[in-house]
Amino acid sequence: MQLGDGTPSEKHMETVVKERKPNPDGKRRGATAEEMSARQKEVSVSEFFVKNRHLLGFDNPRKSLLTTVKEAVDNSLDACEEAGILPDIAVIIEDLDPKRPATAKESNYRVTIVDNGPGIVRKQVENIFGRLLYGSKFHRLKMSRGQQGIGISAAGMNGLITTGKPMVIHTKPSAKQPAHHIELAMNTKTNRAEVTLDRESKDFPPERFRTLSGGTRQLSQEGVFLSPDSFVTGTSVSIELKGKYQKGRGSVDEFLELTAIANPHARVVFVPPSRITQDEADDMLPGTSSAAAERSKGEAPAQTTETGGVTVFPRGVDELPPETKEIQPHPKGIELGILLQMIKDYEASEKGTLYEFLQTRFCRVSASTASKFCSAIGVSSRAKAADIEPPQVEKLFKVFEDEKLAPPPTDCLAPIGVRQLLAGLLKGVKAEFYAASTREAAVYRGRPFQIEAAIAFGGDLPADQAARVIRFANRVPLLFQQSACSSFKAVEETPWKNYQLQQPRGSLPVGPLVVMIHMASVWVPFTSESKEAIADYDEIRKEMKLALMECGRKLGTYLRKRQKMRRESERRDVFERYIGEISKALNAITGEETRRLYEALLDQARRKTAVADQELDEDGKVRRQEEDDFDDDGVIIVQSAIAPIEQAAPVAPLQFDATVPGKGSAKPAPEVQASPAAKASKGAGPVIRTKKDLARADSESPKRARAVDDDDPKLF
Amino acid sequence: MAKKSNQQQAAAGAKASTGSVKERDARTQRKIEDLALDIVKRALAGREPVVEIPTRTKSNTIWNKKRGILEMGEGTAERPLFDLKTAKQFMQTMLHASTIQDLIAAGKTSSLRGVFYKAKHTVAGTKENTFDTQDESDPILEDLEVLLAALREELHIFAENRGSMVGNITIVDKGDEIDCRRMGSGGYAMPSIVEPDVIQFKKCEAKFVLHVEKGTVWNRFNEDRFWEKHNCILTHGAGQPPRGCRRLLQRLNQELGLPIVCVLDNDPWGHYIYSVIKQGSISLAFESTRLAIPEAKFLGIRAKDYRQCGLDEAVKIDLTDNDIKRAREIAAYPWFEGHRGWQREIDAMLANGFKMEVESLITKDISYVSETYVPERLKAKDWLE
Repeated sequence: MQLGDGTPSEKHMETVVKERKPNPDGKRRGATAEEMSARQKEVSVSEFFVKNRHLLGFDNPRKSLLTTVKEAVDNSLDACEEAGILPDIAVIIEDLDPKRPATAKESNYRVTIVDNGPGIVRKQVENIFGRLLYGSKFHRLKMSRGQQGIGISAAGMNGLITTGKPMVIHTKPSAKQPAHHIELAMNTKTNRAEVTLDRESKDFPPERFRTLSGGTRQLSQEGVFLSPDSFVTGTSVSIELKGKYQKGRGSVDEFLELTAIANPHARVVFVPPSRITQDEADDMLPGTSSAAAERSKGEAPAQTTETGGVTVFPRGVDELPPETKEIQPHPKGIELGILLQMIKDYEASEKGTLYEFLQTRFCRVSASTASKFCSAIGVSSRAKAADIEPPQVEKLFKVFEDEKLAPPPTDCLAPIGVRQLLAGLLKGVKAEFYAASTREAAVYRGRPFQIEAAIAFGGDLPADQAARVIRFANRVPLLFQQSACSSFKAVEETPWKNYQLQQPRGSLPVGPLVVMIHMASVWVPFTSESKEAIADYDEIRKEMKLALMECGRKLGTYLRKRQKMRRESERRDVFERYIGEISKALNAITGEETRRLYEALLDQARRKTAVADQELDEDGKVRRQEEDDFDDDGVIIVQSAIAPIEQAAPVAPLQFDATVPGKGSAKPAPEVQASPAAKASKGAGPVIRTKKDLARADSESPKRARAVDDDDPKLF
Repeated sequence: MAKKSNQQQAAAGAKASTGSVKERDARTQRKIEDLALDIVKRALAGREPVVEIPTRTKSNTIWNKKRGILEMGEGTAERPLFDLKTAKQFMQTMLHASTIQDLIAAGKTSSLRGVFYKAKHTVAGTKENTFDTQDESDPILEDLEVLLAALREELHIFAENRGSMVGNITIVDKGDEIDCRRMGSGGYAMPSIVEPDVIQFKKCEAKFVLHVEKGTVWNRFNEDRFWEKHNCILTHGAGQPPRGCRRLLQRLNQELGLPIVCVLDNDPWGHYIYSVIKQGSISLAFESTRLAIPEAKFLGIRAKDYRQCGLDEAVKIDLTDNDIKRAREIAAYPWFEGHRGWQREIDAMLANGFKMEVESLITKDISYVSETYVPERLKAKDWLE
């Protein structure tokens, strides 16, 4: 069942009856058409999905838990953004069977998502949560996370089927009115909700979550967890289901981590299930406060923190993504059948002319273009749309294909943006180098889309593994079917070798690298209803590659520069090695003080290599990046994450022992230990440095200063 | 760094070397000090330490037609400290300058190998040696010679003794009188430093010097008492004659007016040895004034000798491709280029297609070379100049 392209699929699934030949003995075998017709009946979409839950991402207990969280979070974010509210979302998973044996394959969980969105008006609650394929997003071309209106109701349905418990909804659409407390169960036969409880309540955000664990209690005290001040309006959805909570790839944790990366404007708090009882949790010492970390946001980028088991993904930027517009379809983005249907719909509602139809139901069709289309199929511009014959429609469709038209408008797209991408990555990935780029909008099948890519390199990332690819569509992380995804293919096809990385033929690059790809579109072509992989359109893959190459080039420049710096430092080592000998020889001839000579020459050696560093910075592109701290060119370098430069042959500090000339002084000098200062600097929080700082920092690095380090008694 | 003509300086050095040893040493020490002070000044003033070394390459060698010798040109190469290619050499130059200063201060001399060992040690704090092999050390000493415009002996460095001398001459070597008529079968070993302060000529009856290529041939002549019969001095330089040998020949020629007659192999190598004796070499062009003997004569072996002496077929050694290439190069040397006799000689050898060693004359008779060949040619003045 393909749910793409607006095919009306809510109606029913038909069973096709075939005529059968009579058997040679003249007797009919099996049922007659009449008998069969008695068994033929409409299949409700709910029934279909009950049987085919795997299509919606409920294949196994672990994935069910994830999909439930994912659908609810997507809805919350969409609702907040549409209402112009900076999202503040709490995800709470409660283990309802904490005493189960450790070997249990699954457990009952209650998943609750609380948002500070606009809330839902009472009469829509049943439709939104209790019906499949009911939504605001399917019938329009507008960029949003959800597309089909299956998500949250399917999650509720899954919960109902596995635990028999209804969905519990608290929603507060107005600041002044009390919240609605509704419990509903879906009737899968009718695809309608049955409300089991409906009352007004003042309990929003639900009080009980605040005392769930030591962590939530502490955060609540600090006023950063479900504070009524920040949840003036909003919705809370609780679903009980059979599931399995397990960290790792494809987990709720990963989903939220990636959601935080792609949605730096959102604040997400995650309370994972705990098998520790309430009393035990109370005894636990509180961890470091995340509030403190958030307050110091001014200097350092927002970092994910943990308090008593509760993860806080702080807000990285304080602006909402720009509001996106809904667009009409583009003539080049439709199929013949759709065009016929559109004309039929138009006849029914407007009864206007073809000329008007073309202008109002498509984007990028002006009055002159519309009359051009009319004359091209030999129809007067005053002809009624109803009078157009199918062959003429077919002709019109051809004309659409041949005509040169402006691409669809792109104000319907809201890319994450370079700055936000960097803020998001910085929050979630500990690396030394970050680069991001946003492509101009492009078009596939008449639908505008925009690709963004970002990379994080070095730091704590594993150096000997294939790069991690994280994928997003309309800011939603895609966690499964990686290799089926267009973005994965784009990463494989990008020439990473050109950017100083290893890349086995036709596969992912190997190195400490995270690659992030985001596709923003009014309609993301997923390969299936569970929205796990982006279909492989050439136009899309090409844009992805170009975005990756932009990032790659920045990385290449950076790595080459690092290499040059390393070379420079080696060069300096060579000079430093010989300066001691030269100073001693000159001292022997002229009597000039060895130490004075040594220091004068060392000073020159440092200046020489420093000058060389400086020159390397001079190439136009790189230089501009140095001007701003948080630069516009899409690059961030975290100085403290860079591993200190290793030394091939450490040069021990020169010993100035005048009484032992020549060969005698060549005693084995003590090995230089890693400087304590270097270790200390590694532990400190990330400090964003520009490239200029990087060069300077290197020349001031502890290794360089060791020869005049007074702490070493061996010196001077 | 002085930019004066090194040739002039070398000449001045040679002349001055007749002064007292003390004065000479003081002067050399001053030069080393000046070099070091220049570097110190640069270092303390924050300017890059650099030494400018006259280049000892063919491109920086000038053929002085009037004087008939090779001279060193004005070309110099900078050796900066802060350059990966030259940093180590810079350090080595400074180390050797200091080593030499020590030698002079102690009033001792050292062999090239001794100097190498004296300056060789592990660079403080590393596992790297200041010098790995003597091949690294020797060129640095030559650099210092040209850099300081000082002769090797002025730097108190000597090479191994090589080459022997015997004949009608009495010399004084470091105060010991040596009668070269009574040197037995081995002869007087020519030291590497033969400057007038070390060796003085006391009594000489010889009328010319016969210089042969190697010891085996020299033994033949000595055994046959050639120098006695022909009243001459007999020398060999064990192949390419070292500086000591060339300097002594040059002094015999210049101070005693003795003609130098060479008997060398008939091959490009022999021609090259003659060229070096006569005009000086590229790498030691700065010493040509002291070493070159423009009057030196090439007696044989000549290309024509195969036929003229009626030699056996067996003496022929085929010219290799390399020999032919080398012969053409030598023919193109400016001092051979305009010389009809030499052009013909080299052409004749190339036309023969073979080379001959001096020993090939033994096929005629064991003493043919000393009793027939050389006397006849000398009498006929049949030589190349």
